[in-house]
Amino acid sequence: MAAYIIRRLLSVVPITIGVMLITFFVFRVVGGNPAYRIAGKNATPARIAQISHERGYDKPLFVNFHEFPRYVFEAQFPRLAWNLVRFDFGQSIVTKERVGTMLRQGVGPSLCVTTPLFVIELVLGVGLALLAAYYRNTWIDRGLVLLSVMGMSISTLVYIMLAQYWLASVWRLFPVWGFESARYLILPVMVGVIAGVGGELRFYRTVMLDEMYQEYVRTARAKGASSRTILFRHVLRNALIPILTNVIIAIPFLYTGALLLENFFGIPGLGRLTVMALFNFDDDVVFATTFIGSILFVLFNALTDIAYTWADPRIRLK
Amino acid sequence: MTTAEKELDVISASAAPEGLWTLAWRQLRRNRVAMICLFILCVYTGTWIYAEGVYWTAKIRGSVPDYKISHYEIRNEAPSLAHPLGTNFAGRDNFNQLIQGTRIAFEIGLLTSLIVIPLGFALGALAGYFGGKLDGAIVYLYSVVASVPDILLIMSITYVTRAAVERSPAMQTVTRYIDSGLLAICVGMGFTGWVGLCRIIRGEYLKHRERQYVLAARALGANHGAIMFRHIMPNVSHLVIINFSLRFPGLILTEVVLSYLGIGIANEPSWGTIINDAKQRLWLGNWWELAGATVAIFFLVLALNLFGDALRDALDPKLRIAEAKTG
Repeated sequence: MAAYIIRRLLSVVPITIGVMLITFFVFRVVGGNPAYRIAGKNATPARIAQISHERGYDKPLFVNFHEFPRYVFEAQFPRLAWNLVRFDFGQSIVTKERVGTMLRQGVGPSLCVTTPLFVIELVLGVGLALLAAYYRNTWIDRGLVLLSVMGMSISTLVYIMLAQYWLASVWRLFPVWGFESARYLILPVMVGVIAGVGGELRFYRTVMLDEMYQEYVRTARAKGASSRTILFRHVLRNALIPILTNVIIAIPFLYTGALLLENFFGIPGLGRLTVMALFNFDDDVVFATTFIGSILFVLFNALTDIAYTWADPRIRLK
Repeated sequence: MTTAEKELDVISASAAPEGLWTLAWRQLRRNRVAMICLFILCVYTGTWIYAEGVYWTAKIRGSVPDYKISHYEIRNEAPSLAHPLGTNFAGRDNFNQLIQGTRIAFEIGLLTSLIVIPLGFALGALAGYFGGKLDGAIVYLYSVVASVPDILLIMSITYVTRAAVERSPAMQTVTRYIDSGLLAICVGMGFTGWVGLCRIIRGEYLKHRERQYVLAARALGANHGAIMFRHIMPNVSHLVIINFSLRFPGLILTEVVLSYLGIGIANEPSWGTIINDAKQRLWLGNWWELAGATVAIFFLVLALNLFGDALRDALDPKLRIAEAKTG
């Protein structure tokens, strides 16, 4: 078991290197010299050369052969990888702050929105899915499924705008924009739940219905267990594995923040930070959020596999 | 004779066994919801073709198309007979804008699939069929891509691609016909979206390469290419269609978000840019612009979602469970 955990955690390393390569490829190779994006459309070549030199974009991409063999690793990718490993994300072009500091400041507000959103969505999603599975193939089940598909077909943007316009602006129930007290969180969380719960419900319902048709359910029914016992004691427990996967995998996204919600409701979290950075061509910030998001995802993915062994004694890992 | 016997009789009487598509079509025909959705999809497809006609006529003539001409004297008008959904900030007819938005939505679906399907299918087929080191490499590649949070990767690729496309002189002939933002969005969603298809196709090829018909083909001297594409491909191609119809609604909703955030479509009336414009008018009590765009998106996405589900159930019922379990 311990050997498995160690091996699973070690497998994070190659994926992390891959993630570094892919983000590097997107930002420095596909995008070309970032100095063009920083300097804007009407920049002089001299200005671009200056920015490139200051930020090291004029160095070779992977290996430096100019002064072989002394400065082989004086190239962009090894530099970047080394900095990332030390959690040094560089300096923002716009605010001149350290990116690390900006990220630390953004985590709190992001979690304030995403944690309640996540918990409420999970409880509502699983609860409604149990309801739908219990009353499967009745109008309750069909109504719930139809409602969730309909809910999924409306753009999140529309939910946000309607909530801001009617609930906040016309009826003045909540503040429209900002991050000052808990009252400011109600609207974004509510909108997030409404926009997201449909997908959750559909997912959990499929998982539970799949368990419903397993043979052990037939056995339980044959020995006289009530449908409620079957649902809560047998089906829910077995459905726990896919539910657990879904939950753990969603945790890294708490960090990334609810991108849209933060932007619309003026919450100074990481999602807002990322989008502002995209607008301002602040490469290093976008790079940092993308990178950290991926690393968390990879780590939690490994955790899911480990959690399996705990949730399901049938799974034995070598 | 009971109905079951009659059906049995019909089946045994038919000369050739019915194929997957005939059976699936018969099942879909019985599904009333799927048929209504198919009708809605046909209406949207018609709209799309019409909008392409308008767009390309103007392009070929070198004139400015109707939907881009401003009439400042009638800006922000309420719905009327001449303009069923009113006019926007530049006095353009909102209904016309929505029709062009349909074109953008379909173009995104198509262009993205031009990247997703060849890439996902080829890599999936190679990985599943050959296995070994190649499989390991491809699995590693898609694990890495899947590790970057979707929306972040899409946004990054889109934003970087758009800047690169707009700067490059070689791309100017392309961007004369296709909006640079549209191209960038498709590249962004294409190079992230292939993972799902690749996984499914790899799994299928892994299964199929052990089947007897593949062994028979090999015994007859078929080479790898022929086995992969002539023999196995027809048996898994329905998965491409299912994958497409389930992925399309997501593409439409992502476009709306990207265009809204300003990293998507710039110079064409897409549903995202329409919603973006409508937002400002909403505060003036001008709700029909937003309502129109919402309804246009709603029916297409709803029809695609429901039809995609029905199609999947008709073509491959096992897939629903597999998909739910892997997320």
